[in-house]
Amino acid sequence: MKANSIKDKFTNLKANKPLRQDLITYAIVIFAYLLIRILDMAGMVNSQLNGLLVPICVYAILAVSLNLTVGILGELSLGHAGFMCVGAFTSAFFSKCMVEAIPLAIVRFPVAILIGAVCAGLFGVLIGIPVLRLKGDYLAIVTLAFGEIIKNIINTINIGRDSNGLHFSMKSAMDLGMEKDGVFLIKGAMGITGTPGDSNFTIGVILLLITLFVVLNMVRSRDGRAIMAIRDNVIAAESVGINITKYKLLTFAISAALAGMAGALYAHNLGSLTATPKTFGYNMSIMILVYVVLGGIGNIRGSMIAAIILYVLPEMLRGLQTYRMLIYAVVLIVMMIYNWAPKSIAWRETHSAKDLLAKVKGVVASKSKKGGN
Amino acid sequence: MEFIEFLINGVRLGSVYALIALGYTMVYGIAKMLNFAHGDVIMVGAFVVYTTCNTLGLPPVVGIVVAVVLCTLLGILIEKIAYKPLRGATSNLAVLITAIGVSYFLQNAALLIFGAAPKNFTSIVPYEGIQIAGGQITIDGETIVIIAVSIVIMIALTVFIKKTKAGQAMLAVSEDKGAAQLMGINVNGTISLTFAIGSALAAVAGMLFCSVYPGLSSTTGSMPGIKAFTAAVFGGIGSIPGAFIGGILLGVIENLSKAYISTQLSDAIVFSILIIVLLVKPTGLLGKNIQEKV
Repeated sequence: MKANSIKDKFTNLKANKPLRQDLITYAIVIFAYLLIRILDMAGMVNSQLNGLLVPICVYAILAVSLNLTVGILGELSLGHAGFMCVGAFTSAFFSKCMVEAIPLAIVRFPVAILIGAVCAGLFGVLIGIPVLRLKGDYLAIVTLAFGEIIKNIINTINIGRDSNGLHFSMKSAMDLGMEKDGVFLIKGAMGITGTPGDSNFTIGVILLLITLFVVLNMVRSRDGRAIMAIRDNVIAAESVGINITKYKLLTFAISAALAGMAGALYAHNLGSLTATPKTFGYNMSIMILVYVVLGGIGNIRGSMIAAIILYVLPEMLRGLQTYRMLIYAVVLIVMMIYNWAPKSIAWRETHSAKDLLAKVKGVVASKSKKGGN
Repeated sequence: MEFIEFLINGVRLGSVYALIALGYTMVYGIAKMLNFAHGDVIMVGAFVVYTTCNTLGLPPVVGIVVAVVLCTLLGILIEKIAYKPLRGATSNLAVLITAIGVSYFLQNAALLIFGAAPKNFTSIVPYEGIQIAGGQITIDGETIVIIAVSIVIMIALTVFIKKTKAGQAMLAVSEDKGAAQLMGINVNGTISLTFAIGSALAAVAGMLFCSVYPGLSSTTGSMPGIKAFTAAVFGGIGSIPGAFIGGILLGVIENLSKAYISTQLSDAIVFSILIIVLLVKPTGLLGKNIQEKV
């Protein structure tokens, strides 16, 4: 009886191609994780690679979550680093406050991640509401502006704690007027220092798996199909009764929450957290977009793999570091033209690999015929 | 008196934004695309002037001419290589991401050539400042030149579009590309011309901007570029007077908020304005309202 049901499930799996694809994606992550662990035990992971493991997870999560907005919803968001920033700062703030109250990292860190994700998700809704009225270029520029605003505001926040409680100021650290025993929690442009280093590779991989699970299940669900319908034709989707507002907000919130989760992971991997243009600025958002574009817009597994490869490669090859951005820029342009230019599409249709193969076969066949005669 | 000085400095900054915004708005009106690389053409223009004047020691006039010519060519080249193949693509995202790629390319090429350390740009304006209101307010030479140049360019551009054949062709292409082509207008040539004019204006804006804010690095252009786009949206994208008014208003708002509210928050205030404008009046101050048809 039992064997039968397993067999049933197996045939089911064979028929269900999307499910099979998703399982392959999870398997890749788990396999890579086990591989790294085994290499680590064999002492083959050097300290440089070891330092890259958590950031790899961070960028993979960011790329997958951005792909939800760009690939599945079809709206360009250039403020993804802003959501990450919200998640990073709220979770780091929580951890710093609670480091004495909850000494156990295993309890504290999941709560911190949850707080980071929820706060970023709320910001996702907040930015999602105005964004609903816009599309295309305007949406891109508003999300970009939003990312800059977040970074700007966080750089001015000062929070300190002393025996009288919490102090808050947006002017300067001196303005807090704290007692002598006061400690700075957030110090303006200096950010948060001394966040407990709770992140590790295992947690990173678990978060990546959660992200993939959420995104892939969403894409395959009724909601996901509705979102893709909105992407393909808003007016048609609306006329068959799809609630555009609900689905756009939902996508934005989930994408932002996942980015916030990545932010929490990122914040707890570093001793000090600052909102500089390099870490959470516009360039960071573009970087994530590059991962998404090169992995294939709408291809979840692709963006994960692209993030991993594009992050590790330049770090491992020092010589490439200088030219990395230049190469990315060229690849970005070439990829877009190859994929979308009408002429290139027409060219690919007449020169597809299948046709070429058929042609070669035909030539070979006719030649052998001649030879036979 | 202090307030008037802040106001004048705001108008100066706003005039630079207006010059950049003109390029954005013309390209958007005609090619229907957001040229993200426009901000980086500003940086290229400033670097060309820096190389000819500071490194080679040639007089500023030579630098100005070389920069304008090179940036014009660069604008046409960018359009031909990166944007033209994507004209008529089914996805709007494609050309936007390509533009981001071009912007990235220019920034990183400049970074490789000139290094990361900011260069000290020498002002190209040789005039002394003047004092008005009994010596209480000083207006420096740069301010006068910048405001004058932007007004002259704005008038010249309006006359060009209203009175010349090429200008009329631009209007026609922005209205309806297909119909314009049927009327015998060279659409590709007109779009190239638009990019050429926009990039030439960006070169001028770049050298003027760096004359006031001398720190020149590979990312110099990106912030003014984004803010100028904000200005173009504020004034109503596609409208030339709109870009001008939007630019001046944005510069004044930015400078006043820097002076009276917070230096750190001024960017946040400027971008909040963009979001508010887009929510309340998505077509901007002088923009036309176009209804979407099924």
